[in-house]
Amino acid sequence: MRQKLAGYGSAGIVLLLLTLIVSLGIGSVHLPVSEIGAMLLHRLPWLGDAIVPGWEVSSEQILMKVRLPRILLGMLVGASLAVAGAAFQGVLRNPLADPFTLGVSSGAALGAASLIFFGMEYSFAGGYTLPLVAFLTGAGTLWVVLLLARDQGKLPVHGLILSGVVMQSFLGAVVSFLTVMSKDTVNQILFWTMGSLSMRGWSYVAILFPYFGVGLIYLWSRSRALNLLSLGERQAAHMGLNVDRLKTSVLVVATLLAAAAVSVSGVIGFVGLVVPHMIRLMTGSDYRVIIPISALGGAIFMVWCDTAARSVLAPTEIPLGVVTAFIGAPFFAYLLYRNKKRRREGFS
Amino acid sequence: MMLVAQGLSKAYGRTQVLSEVELRVGKGEWWGIIGPNGSGKSTLMQLLSGVERPSKGSVRLLDREIGSYSRKALARIVAVLQQEGLDPTDFTVREVLEMGRYPFLNWLGREEQDAAPLIDSIMEKLELRDIQERRLTELSGGQRQRVALGKVMVQEPSLLMLDEPTTYLDIHYQLQFMEMVDAWRQASEITVISVLHDLNLAAQFCDKLLVLHEGRVAGMGSPEEVLTEAYISRIFRVMPSVVKHPENGAPQVLLTANRTRK
Repeated sequence: MRQKLAGYGSAGIVLLLLTLIVSLGIGSVHLPVSEIGAMLLHRLPWLGDAIVPGWEVSSEQILMKVRLPRILLGMLVGASLAVAGAAFQGVLRNPLADPFTLGVSSGAALGAASLIFFGMEYSFAGGYTLPLVAFLTGAGTLWVVLLLARDQGKLPVHGLILSGVVMQSFLGAVVSFLTVMSKDTVNQILFWTMGSLSMRGWSYVAILFPYFGVGLIYLWSRSRALNLLSLGERQAAHMGLNVDRLKTSVLVVATLLAAAAVSVSGVIGFVGLVVPHMIRLMTGSDYRVIIPISALGGAIFMVWCDTAARSVLAPTEIPLGVVTAFIGAPFFAYLLYRNKKRRREGFS
Repeated sequence: MMLVAQGLSKAYGRTQVLSEVELRVGKGEWWGIIGPNGSGKSTLMQLLSGVERPSKGSVRLLDREIGSYSRKALARIVAVLQQEGLDPTDFTVREVLEMGRYPFLNWLGREEQDAAPLIDSIMEKLELRDIQERRLTELSGGQRQRVALGKVMVQEPSLLMLDEPTTYLDIHYQLQFMEMVDAWRQASEITVISVLHDLNLAAQFCDKLLVLHEGRVAGMGSPEEVLTEAYISRIFRVMPSVVKHPENGAPQVLLTANRTRK
């Protein structure tokens, strides 16, 4: 287990750094890798003094104020959604579960859509009004779903999934209604529900980081219990696991993590479903490996999707949710095919 | 006393599944719970193992109310092996056995003493050594049930509960399974409570039998006292012949064709 984690972990970190450097250079203004390296190193204490600035001020502005925060935010959003997705799949023991299974995205979308519909995006907390309200309505949805699903102090999985589906369809209908009714702002609601990372800036990175840090540490610490759960709920209980407490706490933490990500970036589907699956197909079912590696995988995946979203049809931006599905689905299909083939040949 | 149940009743909604069950299990005894389908055997096991709360009555484990143990503390005393065994996952045999130590881990996920020698010796006993790196998905039903037994052995319980553990096994593995439990019981003096469908195996391995019928205790005693023609015919609605086992004298139930009763 340790070797696996160390192997995939170091490979993942190298890939993540490569992704960072390369994606920083891509955009309307091309920045050469050597210049990016110099500009980043220049920012480091002590070491930075040795580097003489030989670049244009505008390049540094683009790098530090536009691309770097956007890419870091993309990493955090991707990692958060992937970790939350891995946790959901572990607790619900259902391969089709993702962080939005319990309706958190629909709840957040409803909050955001209502604000946009009534033109109150900046009403009481300035630019933070929208993410704040989206987070609260997303978390509120979780609370209603848990209330609906709870049965004599227990949380049956089928009840959770059904309540989640009910909430998703109902809230989704309300959002669709708002989208259609607001003729002149149709695009704004629609685009929010398809996700984007543009024009967010450093403050959003700072908001999301603590959620991600706490969420990752907590969910990783429960990974051994999630392993037990994969042998069956009753089994896990007999082995000393408090199953309902585990389910509630992991679902709450994972949902809040997803809600935080959605509130800053809008609804970006597919990452939370597909990344943990890809990681599982590569590394096996041990959640002590799946959870941290999902964070790396989610970050890498999201940055590449966002880079494609902002550069393929530039200056038009493709909605991020569209890109994640467009890239993720075929890759997932390939992994499934490869795994099937391998198993047939008797290697798996 | 290992386990004492008093006035145990359980109702789901308006359906009364168990009523007023009394049971005293001494240390080191092997109890068999028998009875027709729907007589409440599995419910009784769930109450005795502490995963379900009774509607009325109490279960005391080692002189303490079973509900007052934390899940982990309970798992250090009681291990349960279910009929359906382990879900097929791609954990390896060794990894599954390691999971059996979960109740002994501290909050850092470590144990004071290294459990590896214990796990090795159990794999040796159950002949799991050669397949220790195989995944559960690649094993046959019989192998998987042996892994499940290994996992509860790793848990080092004082009380082992078996819920129809041999249902999906062929006669070789059924007998082998019972022999392995028996060998373990003699080596570690554990107490065993098992739900068994096979009356003939129950008669040869159990010290005492508890008969459940429609949620009530219909009889209790040694296999010789309980497994009589009149009794079986009343509870199970068949008309069998009961004979002595030619080698060990245990009562054996022979079913005769066309002798079910209404």
